[in-house]
Amino acid sequence: MFKATVTVTLRKSILDPKGKAAEQALHQLGMNELKGVRIGKYIVMDVDTDSEAKARELVQNACSKLLANEVMEDFQISIERSTS
Amino acid sequence: MPVPKVGILVFPGSNCDHDAYHAFKSVLGLDAKFIWHKETDLSGVDLVLVPGGFSYGDYLRSGAIARFSPVMQEVIKFAEKGGPVVGICNGFQILLEAGLLPGAMLHNQDLRFICKDVHIRLETTQTPFTSSLEKGAVFKIPISHGEGNYTIDPVGLQELKEHDQIVFRYCNAQGEITEETNVNGSVEAIAGICNRGRNVMAMMPHPERAAEEILGNADGKHILEAIAEQIG
Repeated sequence: MFKATVTVTLRKSILDPKGKAAEQALHQLGMNELKGVRIGKYIVMDVDTDSEAKARELVQNACSKLLANEVMEDFQISIERSTS
Repeated sequence: MPVPKVGILVFPGSNCDHDAYHAFKSVLGLDAKFIWHKETDLSGVDLVLVPGGFSYGDYLRSGAIARFSPVMQEVIKFAEKGGPVVGICNGFQILLEAGLLPGAMLHNQDLRFICKDVHIRLETTQTPFTSSLEKGAVFKIPISHGEGNYTIDPVGLQELKEHDQIVFRYCNAQGEITEETNVNGSVEAIAGICNRGRNVMAMMPHPERAAEEILGNADGKHILEAIAEQIG
């Protein structure tokens, strides 16, 4: 069993209205050092397989097919063997 | 001659399905039927209408889950065979997610859900859905969406233009396009597009909500009539 963590963010070339709004609010709070705020999604799941390569392949496919829309989003996958 | 039949898809969370049914059946006098998202039979349907709403609660992304529903697999086959498919609002989002139309929808630029009348300008009559209208015609039609900020990569945009696939743009009452009239921040003020095969068209504004004088605005009726002519 593996634990997969996926982060989905808007592509760099695409304006992120939520990130921009959050950044403006941070600047209003005086935190002017914080720049380039991007807001995305964080998705975790268990992958029921014994092979890490297989786990990665399954999650990759899940991202391409459903979890991310590659027209506007990028995703990053991290896979860890479950300890429990 | 049998009366043409409009098949209106119904997902959990669709909320403009009845408006569309009423508009096509009672206002335009066509036959119409609801098609539940678990159904897979489109036989006898002359046009598929993917209505507005919040299919599957808009979870993950608008239209992302609806796109994998059983009925959508049939709609994809129907469209690939040249069958006419029209999407309105959430229907537009579903058709994008399904890959039947190019591009994607972002949150509105100002992050607000916008529900108001806007003006849209017809950009092409080279589609079966708009061939009876006049190019440049301006319609006052309500919008009601939080994610209608159309985006597409520069190459895709170029292709849309080259193949005359931009059907509607947001404008003012005079038909002029300015920064202010582009209500949600869409690329090139795009409000509606069609596919390259020209049998799939979608728009964010709701003509079915403005198709009768008693509702205070019948501009939408012209658009629906033009769509109906395609199957009439």
